[in-house]
Amino acid sequence: MSLLAELSYWQQTSIRVGAGLVAVILVAGTLVMVHLFKLVSFMQSRLGPMEAGPFGSLQLLAEVGKHLQKEDIVPRKADKFVFAAAPFVVLASTFLLVVVLPGGPDAWFIQNDLGIYLAMAVSSVSVIGILMAGWGSANKYSLLGGLRATGQLIAYELPLILAVVGVVIQAGSMNLQTIVYAQANGEIFGWGGIGNPYVLTQGIAFFLFLTAMQAELTQTPFDMPIAESELVSGYMTEYSGMRFLLFFIAEFATAGVFSAIAAVLFLGGWYIPGIDPDDNIMNVLGPLVMFVKVVGLTFIVFWVRFSFPRFREDQLQRLAWKFLIPLALLNIVVTAIFKVWI
Amino acid sequence: MRQLLSTDTPTTDEATEEEAAPEPDTVREATLDQLSSELGDALVGSHLEPGIDLTVRVTAEAWADTAAFLNTGMGFAYFGFLSAIDWMPSPFGRDMDAQVDLELGLDEKSEIDSTLEQGLAGGDTRFQVFARVNDIVNHRAITLKADVPDDSLTVPSWVEVYAGANWHEREAWEMFGISFEGHPGLRHIYLPGEFEGNPLRKDYPLLARRVKPWPGIVDVEQMPGDEDEEEAEESEEGASE
Amino acid sequence: MTDISDRQQLSYIAAQAADARVNLELETEGMTLNIGPQHPATHGTLRIVAKLDGEQVIAADPVMGYMHRGYEKLSEVRTYPQVTTLINRIDWLGSFANEVPFILAAEQLMEVEAPPRAQWIRTILFEMSRIANVVLFLGDMAVQVGAVTPVFFAFRDREHILNQIEGATGGRFHPNFDRIGGLKDDLPAGWIAETKQVMKKMRAFCDEIETLVLGNEIFQARTRGIGVIPADVGLSYGLSGANIRGSGVDWDVRRDNPCGLVYDQVDWKVWTHPDGDSFSRFWVRLQETREATNIVDQLLDDIPAGPIMAKVPRIIKVPAGEAYVETENPLGVMGYYVVSKGDLVPYRVKIRSASFNNMSISPWLLKGVYVPDIITILGSLYFILGDIDR
Repeated sequence: MSLLAELSYWQQTSIRVGAGLVAVILVAGTLVMVHLFKLVSFMQSRLGPMEAGPFGSLQLLAEVGKHLQKEDIVPRKADKFVFAAAPFVVLASTFLLVVVLPGGPDAWFIQNDLGIYLAMAVSSVSVIGILMAGWGSANKYSLLGGLRATGQLIAYELPLILAVVGVVIQAGSMNLQTIVYAQANGEIFGWGGIGNPYVLTQGIAFFLFLTAMQAELTQTPFDMPIAESELVSGYMTEYSGMRFLLFFIAEFATAGVFSAIAAVLFLGGWYIPGIDPDDNIMNVLGPLVMFVKVVGLTFIVFWVRFSFPRFREDQLQRLAWKFLIPLALLNIVVTAIFKVWI
Repeated sequence: MRQLLSTDTPTTDEATEEEAAPEPDTVREATLDQLSSELGDALVGSHLEPGIDLTVRVTAEAWADTAAFLNTGMGFAYFGFLSAIDWMPSPFGRDMDAQVDLELGLDEKSEIDSTLEQGLAGGDTRFQVFARVNDIVNHRAITLKADVPDDSLTVPSWVEVYAGANWHEREAWEMFGISFEGHPGLRHIYLPGEFEGNPLRKDYPLLARRVKPWPGIVDVEQMPGDEDEEEAEESEEGASE
Repeated sequence: MTDISDRQQLSYIAAQAADARVNLELETEGMTLNIGPQHPATHGTLRIVAKLDGEQVIAADPVMGYMHRGYEKLSEVRTYPQVTTLINRIDWLGSFANEVPFILAAEQLMEVEAPPRAQWIRTILFEMSRIANVVLFLGDMAVQVGAVTPVFFAFRDREHILNQIEGATGGRFHPNFDRIGGLKDDLPAGWIAETKQVMKKMRAFCDEIETLVLGNEIFQARTRGIGVIPADVGLSYGLSGANIRGSGVDWDVRRDNPCGLVYDQVDWKVWTHPDGDSFSRFWVRLQETREATNIVDQLLDDIPAGPIMAKVPRIIKVPAGEAYVETENPLGVMGYYVVSKGDLVPYRVKIRSASFNNMSISPWLLKGVYVPDIITILGSLYFILGDIDR
């Protein structure tokens, strides 16, 4: 029996809440540090932050300190409540997303048979936050950014969900824990050496998921809602100080969480080949394995972000409706045929 | 403009130049002939510098018609620029120059000379508009001038002929106070909307000089680098002698 | 070509329709969006008042003058050598190129000619300031369409060029090196070999941009068929430089009227592109940067020996007369109409700057496009605010 099961309910709950906070903040911090500060700097032939701590490792603290000191400016004509609440709504959707993620055989936040369905549902909450920010700022750039974000996120929810459907069909469950087990215990033509990560059978779905995820995260080439060369900073234009920091954390934490979902769906989640998935050690190792996979997947996200130009709004919609969604539907049909007939 | 013909000593250049100068400039002469035959009396002055440039002055009434003929009839499709000149010498003379300059006697014309003295191709009025159009196929260019009537300060607009004249006319209107008849919207282009006066007119004082005295060119000449240059020049002169 | 102009025409029809439907059919209200004067894409202080219907532009009106410095007025109270200090600041990315036409105009009035060596070095520095200027455009255009990385490469490689310009002239941005009758100084020792190395680096940079930006499908989708300028419209607006050569007009002042500069001694090519869209303007500029490195390389090989200054009086008084000299600057054709009355100072200096004409087409060009295209079109027209406002 595992360690966690011997604790009382409130102890378990507080551990899970704490772990959730760590999962959001730590992941966001690591991604900012590793990807935004260092990886991108090397791509752009510069060093990145070097002053704060060895190789700029304490830069994050300096950044957070800077933002916390800044004045919290609210435009005079802004809808003050909506303006103030928007970053919290966006960040809340990130926390809600985290809860469905499993980190080990017993290291989960909630066990829910709706798992991935819940995740897709709560990920849409951030749209409301972005629209609130865009509308509440009383700024035309923000409004354009907010509207663009809404159109874009709605368009890309579909390929995202449709990409997941293939995995759900193959695993036969929407529970993320079950999906991990299905991959861990799966076999490739009778060989179970590395389980059966769905990236092999659902390669198209993986590609679709990553593309749609890039759009959901409003990262280049789908960053029209922010589009700094057009809309200054889109829906974030009027935000400063702490509220800007919340948007910033949400952006990177959501990148981490979506990558974690992709890792669970396609890369076997917390499972690593060679260790029995039911072993108690996986409750400690699992989150680390997840973390490594998340960093790896977000590397792709940021690599693409800093290499590609940006689409135009109509081109983005065309890509979603004319290419990604038909491809996703095709993928579902093929997966279903294989599931039923083979 | 003289072209470099040889990489050798400058003497050969001078020689070729002297030979080239008297050569008639057939292209520009032909252009001038064609223009004068089309415009007739509207062409009131011209100046042809062989191998360098052609300047033609037309009457204000024919200003837009000339442009139309140049554009459609003669292939001058490219619009270079349009601007104006104020030929009335500044009533302030050079009183804003540094005292050091005046003491040195660098400037002989210290008295204010208020006679109008127009430039190439002549003129009768205080203001002249001038513009330049190119024929990019045959590589010709021509500078056009027109006297702006002193009483109305209005000339026909070029916008219908050359769309690019729009902003240039706005600039000339703002800087000189010349109106362009037929322009779709003469409003300020550089200066704020409530700005008063026409800064490029010669009787508009340069306020910066009033606020802060100008140091004069003598200061500049005494910088360390310039001394070296002076010495070098002297030594060069000595060597050549 | 027809395909592209069809698209452009459709967008105009759409703009007309949008104009009609505001406040009528859908009871929508037009929105006026002030792009600038403080905006990341206007790299300077240009303001564009765009009337929008949704994201479509009904009318766009550039408002400039936030950086108007009155150089034409100031030139009237400065001696001829002092004017170059001012006009350096017109196009601040390719400063040396600003000085050359003015100096040439003054030389034409004085009937002085710079010695061959000075003409050669002038041309070399002229082309180097073109590279320094356009390299930044190549990186910046990628930023306009949303890719941030290429601009860092541009800044990185422009540094080499600026170092060479600094080595020769002593100034990185504002050399103020050109003098009536020649140049201030001769080239330092070892400069020619170093510059050849730098030209190699610049060619490598051009290759990098070609693969990273030009070949990118998204970049092409964003720029092809966007902002099409037909050749005749471009001519009537007085567009110049890559903007007009991108519309298929084979006209380059360097080749057709190289007064005072030694382009006729070099084997080079004028690049044009028939499409006239944002992509073709980018393409032409990329090829021109490459061509400029070739020109510099060839000129470096045979700089004639001799003095770098002609005999010019100590106090420069320019004889009465008028002269107009134009050169093919990095941004386009730049010319100075200098009127002299035989004084220490010019009587009138009309500065014909390239960006002013290039930007004057923007109200026509921006009609009917979408907000993201405003940025790519303005980016591809490539203006420098100092060159518009003077």
